[in-house]
Parts: sequence; C-alpha cells; structure tokens
Amino acid sequence: MNQIAPVHNIGDYIPMIDGPEKVSGRAKFTADLIVPGALAGCIFRSPYSHAEILEVDVSEAAKLPGVKAIVTGADCDQTFGVLPIARTEHPLARDKVRYRGEPVAAVAAVDDATAREAVRRIKLKVRELPAYHSAREALAPDAINIHERRAHNIERDVFFELGDVEAAFAGADLVREGTYNCAEVCQNQMEMHAALADYDAVRDRITVHASTQVPYYVHLMLSQILGMDMSRIRVVKPHVGGGFGCRTETLNVELIAALLARKAGGCVRLVVNREETFITHRGRPETDIRLKIGLRQDGRIAGVECECTQRGGAHSGYGVVTILYAGSMLYAIYDLRNVKYIGKRVLTNTPPCGAFRGHGTVDVRFAFESLLDQMAHEMGLDPIAVRRANLLQAPTFTDNDLMVNSYGLPECIDWVEKVSGWKQRRGKSPSHNGVKKGLGFACSHYISGASKPVNWTGEPHATVKLKLDFDGSIVLLTGAAEIGQGSSTVLVQSVAEILGLDLSRIRIVTGDSDVVPKDNGSYSSRVTFMVGNAAIDAANNLKAVLIAAAAKKLDAKPGEIECLGELYRAGAQDKGLTFNEVVTEALKDTGTITVTGNYSTIPESHGGKKYRGSAIGGTMGYSYAAQVVEVSVDEDTGVVTVDKVWVAHDCGRALNRLTVEGQIQGSVWMGMGQAMSEEAAYHEGLMLTANMLDYRVPTIQDSPPIEVGIVESIDPHGPFGAKEAGEGSLAAFLPALTNAIADATGLRFNDLPVTPDRVFAALEKRARDAGRRHDGDS
Amino acid sequence: MARILSLTLNGRARADAVPDNLLLLDYLREVAGLTGTKTGCDGGECGACTVLIDDRPRLSCLTLAATVDGRRVDTIESLAVDGRLSAVQRGFHEKLGSQCGYCTPGFIMASAGLLRRNPRPSDDEIREGLGSNICRCTGYVKIIEAVKHAADLCAKGLTP
Repeated sequence: MNQIAPVHNIGDYIPMIDGPEKVSGRAKFTADLIVPGALAGCIFRSPYSHAEILEVDVSEAAKLPGVKAIVTGADCDQTFGVLPIARTEHPLARDKVRYRGEPVAAVAAVDDATAREAVRRIKLKVRELPAYHSAREALAPDAINIHERRAHNIERDVFFELGDVEAAFAGADLVREGTYNCAEVCQNQMEMHAALADYDAVRDRITVHASTQVPYYVHLMLSQILGMDMSRIRVVKPHVGGGFGCRTETLNVELIAALLARKAGGCVRLVVNREETFITHRGRPETDIRLKIGLRQDGRIAGVECECTQRGGAHSGYGVVTILYAGSMLYAIYDLRNVKYIGKRVLTNTPPCGAFRGHGTVDVRFAFESLLDQMAHEMGLDPIAVRRANLLQAPTFTDNDLMVNSYGLPECIDWVEKVSGWKQRRGKSPSHNGVKKGLGFACSHYISGASKPVNWTGEPHATVKLKLDFDGSIVLLTGAAEIGQGSSTVLVQSVAEILGLDLSRIRIVTGDSDVVPKDNGSYSSRVTFMVGNAAIDAANNLKAVLIAAAAKKLDAKPGEIECLGELYRAGAQDKGLTFNEVVTEALKDTGTITVTGNYSTIPESHGGKKYRGSAIGGTMGYSYAAQVVEVSVDEDTGVVTVDKVWVAHDCGRALNRLTVEGQIQGSVWMGMGQAMSEEAAYHEGLMLTANMLDYRVPTIQDSPPIEVGIVESIDPHGPFGAKEAGEGSLAAFLPALTNAIADATGLRFNDLPVTPDRVFAALEKRARDAGRRHDGDS
Repeated sequence: MARILSLTLNGRARADAVPDNLLLLDYLREVAGLTGTKTGCDGGECGACTVLIDDRPRLSCLTLAATVDGRRVDTIESLAVDGRLSAVQRGFHEKLGSQCGYCTPGFIMASAGLLRRNPRPSDDEIREGLGSNICRCTGYVKIIEAVKHAADLCAKGLTP
C-alpha cells in the first residue's frame, strides 16, 4: 500500500498563488478594465487652500459636445469618513474648499480628452479664507475654524498620565528631553487610484470596481453617499497595486465615479494620475514630538513624557485613531510604569492624512529609540543592554491594559546583536578617505489587527466560507482584500494545512460582494490573524463533515476515522476511502456542502477604560522587531549610504517564510525611504513633490541588502501561532539609521528625512564651531 | 493627424491607424488591448511601462507610437513560451520579486532586456540595469534574487 500522508505547508517557502497572473501581465487591475463604451471621468480640483465657494459654474463645460454628466457638491449633501464619529467629508466640496486638490466637480464624457477639456471650462468663484498650512498656524488663537464643529482646529486632544511621571523623573539618574520632527510622507503605491462604476438604470443597481483595501467600507460609504440601499450595490476589488494604508478608507474617487455613473445612467471609468494620487494622499502626517525620558543607572526607564502634534490635513479621516495609537503604543514593547502622553491632532489646509503602514506608531518610536540611544551613550551604557533592562515579562497586561501574550523581542535582540557583530564592531567607527562607518540599533512593534473594528457591528471579526461540490475542489470564499501582501496565499495554506491537502485542491474567490462573505478589509495587519483563524475554523468544520461521511461509509465511529488528506480510513489496516469517495458520500445528505468559519477577538484584548479612546492599541498579539543598520557617511558630501541591515522579526510563526521575508524587507525599506529621502513638501498648500522624481523613493541603486531573522514566539491565539509580519519592522529602521549616523559621526539628527543637505549642513556647522573654539583657545 | 503604424508586436505583424500624438503606452493598452504594460506615473518617473523595442528596454510612456514604425516591440505578454513562464517570469514568481504585481511587468521587461545583453549580470549590473524602475513593495532584495535565479534558468536553456 502506498504511503499516504497529510500534506503540510506551514513554514515552507511558498510562492504566491496569484503570482503567475502577475508575472505574465494577465492580472487585471482596475485601470486595466477597459470597457468599450465606458465614459471617461475627470475631476476638477480646488486651486485654493481654504475658501468659501460662491459659485461652481459648469455651464461652459456642459455645452461641450460629448459631455454626458457633470456633478458638483450640489449633487450630494451627504458626508463620508472611515470613523462613524468623524464623517465630515463631502465627495465633492460644498460651501467650502479646505485643501488644494480637493474635488469640487467632475465630468463624465465620451473620451479622456473631452472630459479634460470640459474640466478646463469649469469656473470656480470663491472668497478666499485664511489658510493654515502648519499645525502651529492652525492652532494660533486667532485662527478661524476649518471645520465648523472642530473648535480651534483640534480634531482630537488626548491626555493620559498613568503612574507619577514627576516623581519618576525626580528619582531618575538622568533625565533628558528632545524635540523631533518627522516630515509628512506618502504611501505612493505603484497603482494610481482608479474606479469603474456601472449604473444599471433599469434595476437601479450599481457595480463599482475599486482599487481599495476595504471593499466593505466602500460599500457602506457608497450607500451613504448615493442614498441607495446596500442591497442595490455591488463592490468588486480587482488586483490592487499596493496600498500601505492609503486605501484603508473610502476615497473620493470611488464615490465620484459612482455619482457620475448614476447621473449619466451608464458606466464611468475614473483613473486619476500620479499627481492627483499624491495631492490626495492620506499619508503619514507631519509630526512634532517633544519627548522626555528618565533613566536609572541600571538602565531601567523610570518615566516617560511624550507630547505629540500631528498636522492632520483638511479632513478627519483616521485622525482620532492615529493620535491615539501614537500614545497607546508607547506601551507593549518595554515595561513602562510612569507615562504621560499629550496628543494633538490638528486640522490644517493640507491634504487629509490617513493610516500609513505602522499607523500612528512610527514617528513616536523614532523619537523614543533615538532619545534612549542618546541617553545610553551619555551614561556609558550599551544601547542594547538598556533595552534588555526594560523587557516585559509575558504574559502580562501593560499599565494601559494592553494584553501581551507572546513576546519574542529578547530573541530578536539576541539575533541582530550576534549576526551584525555588534559587540565587536560598535563604537569603532572606522574611517577611510573621509567616509565614516557606524552601527545603530533600535526596536519596534505593531499590532496584529485592531481588536475592536472601527465600524463595530457585533458580528464576528472575520468570516470565511468553504464550498465543496461534486468535483472535489474546495472553494475558499473570503472578503479579505489581497493587495499584494499575500493574504490569499496564506488563507489557502491555512485551509490546506488543516485538511492535509495539497494547495492545488483549494481555489480562492475574493473581492466580490455578490459572492464572498463580508470582511472589514486589509488594514492594521489583521488578515493573517483574524481571517486566518476563521479559515482554520472553516477547515475544521469541513473536516468534521468529511470525517462523519467517511465514518458512515466505513461503518465506523467518527472518532476512529483518520484523515490523511487524500485518504480517510478507519485504522491503519483499513484500505480507506479516497478524498473524492468521501466527498461523494458527504454530498448524499445535503448536496453541495458549504461550511462557515468565524473568528472573534476576546474581550481581554480590547484595551481598558483608563482614558478616553483606550481601546486603540488593543490587539490579540503584538509583533516585535529589532534592527541593526550599518551606514557609511561621506563627510565631504553629507551622503549617507546604508551598507547593510540586519532585522529580526517575531511574527509568532512564519506561515510562509518567503512572503514573511518579503514583508519584512519591504517594511524596513519603506522605513528607509521615510528616514532618508521622502518628504511631501508644500509651498502655501501646493505640493511641490507630487511626482516620483521630486518625491524621492529609494531606487534599487540606493537600497541595501536586508538580512532577515525570523523569530517564532508561537502566539497562543494566533493561527498556527502566527502574528503579523508586514508592519512591525518599519519603525525601527528610522532610529536605527540616525543612531548609526551618530555612531559614525557623533552627530544626532532629530528631524526627518536625513537628507545629504541636512547632514552636510550639520558637518559644516560642527567644523565652524570647532574652528571658533580653536580660535578662542589660541 | 493620423498615420498607419506597422510594427511587429509580440512576434506578430500588425498595422493600425494611430494619431500622431498617441503614446506607445496608450497604443498598447487601448488599441492593442495589451494591458499587461502598466501606467505608473505621469511620464518617465517609475518604469512600470517598460517594454522592449528591438530588444532594448524603453519607457513606452515617453515614446510616441508613430516612432516604432517598422520596429519590433515586445511586451510582458510576449514572454511565456507555449503558455509556460519564461526564465525571468519564473524568477520573479518563485523568488517573490513581485508582491502587488503592478511594477512587475516593467521590472520583468527591463530584466529580460538586461539578460539578453548580459546573461550573467553581477549584483551591481542588476542594480544598474533596473535603476529606472521603482518598486514600492519588495525593497528590491528579492528582485535581485529573482534576476539571478532567472540567469540560472537561462543557463539551463530557458529563454529570458
């Protein structure tokens, strides 16, 4: 008899199941859906930062032959927004415009050229208002309100103090304070925003294809904006060319395409260009941080005071959540006792910011790990030893009631310390021809899904369905949004693993609201943890059905049935039934089999009630990362080169080592862009960097080797023990870089990005200061 | 003004009436229906639209369709042989040189062009050859591995 055994895949290197489509050009993204006869959409945007709208004159545009529909703010008085408490944005501005680039009107015409010409003929009459392009200006006492219901332009004030910070500082051996500024950065995902909206006037139904991470939220907002019952709406997510957070909320593009399609009674394709994608970017806000840490000589952190101000842009978006994450995620990485946090999310006349990879945590982590490194040096302590002196003892709850079960940070630290040669090489800063080398270290962490979804409905956090029919193939139905992170692959793996089957038995259908169960979407690194657990649940339910069928056919008890993937048998001597024979038997009772799997987070993971908004930061499992970055600094030019990165990431368990490595490398590299070159720069609200030449994303020639160490802490609640792998490594790069520059040159950079200009200026200043001191001595 | 454009597109002779100002990118996507070639920027910034013109990687978004008259143009759709992935396609798939997949056709065409000129590129030569293409997902580490894997497969007889 052949040796038949269950097939296992967890922990293997598995190429993505949708890879063949992507490498062959067959993968269809929204803009690739070229529908004959579809109308072309184009948006008229505000050239003003802040103005009262007096008139939107579309009369000349309407006269242009080929124009089929024009929509303005007058067509829709509804508002949208991702947070139910902050739906303040109109798809097309009404009464006021609040940033340069805000949509004011849109045209659907027979072709692109006609649509663009029509937009050129639209006239906007306004009364300009004072505009505030920085948080400081918007907070000035005489500033007018950008939103009527947000006094003093504050979207949200956060304050908490847990413990006694002043007493902690008084008892510390060293107290230091630093100020930090992180420039606004954009996701700049490779696929520009696109939507295809098809209105069926006969049935009053609409189908919208959208480049989104959150098809369900798009569905909700389409219903709200169109005033259509949700049952009349279908949302389809084709392949999506990255998101990194900018698509974790409904965007104007989808809503405007739908408004145009309904008005034109047809199909509208709205594809925005790179400049438009930049100027409506929903990226990471410019953040100012004042941070104070008290440290004891034994390396223990006595107390922390953090004040964080975010320039949130013109609309609420995720703002409340972002400013809360920045405070709550001070915790859950080190054992902190006395912490004060003062957060301000400010409304400004710049594009609305959103949820960028590492949402809310990155800039504060940069400040924290920088100051800790600086203080360790001042006290003559090894920065790594300082981290080790402050580790959590898991399982535990933090002072702000965050539940930490698995904690692989110590192993992450050990790994990067060893493989980078930290002990032997750090602080030696060898110099050759004016180029100095240095090593820097830092840690970071992230959540595996927000334990309370922003749109709380009481349903399970995730639902997966499996369909099994006569052909013996299992179809996995999920709303989880594959955006290139590999969610479809990991879900197929999970089901195959439980059933002991080869991946080829499983097909996945995703991204069509007509077919798949609802899912909240791909954000906060929730999919592997939550949808993965739901997939496991579904697979176990299917397995129970198959075992029952096999037991019936073999005249055995279900408990006696052994599942070997392609073979079910009652004991080792039994010849057993093939998978297809079991399926045939199982179908006899019910016909086509459909099983459901669910997952919900446990209440202990929901954060406490110690301050308003304390649920933010709560998750079922935190990922951890440590990094060592090696740099060369050219002291003649100020050019910093990253020679090598060593990163260790605790993802609980690597379900697919190939995609886990890819996610970690991508995160580290994205942190490098923010740290070294990326910045959304403005002149009076006009973005100066709205293209990929001025917004400097690192090229392959700028990018270092990134060596990945995977730490598996086996989370007790994670799917097969897994936690997130796609965000937690980003934040540590920023401080590891500036700490490495400090190691090489002795210069500390608290403002990002650390461009060659900034390094050169700092080197020049040091040389001048040294010259003056030298003159004074002589 | 329009003119007749005659070219060899993915190995097949073809002629179309095209306006003088039509970009090769738009010709490929909207006239020929080959949407594998992607639009990633407003012109010459990202490399997503890279195709081979007479075996050399070129940005189709900066090329007028009319200028490829009489030339050979190859897009991502041309690489598979008898429905099987080419060496570069396999490299990107098997080594995860592609995550979201949007920049992938451009990277693959630039890599195919590189391997046709230089079957055994060093890491630095790969960085040089792919320096005009931007990927936002991978950090490029696995793209370099993908191209090296492709070079190995070419050495075993697969076409790039």
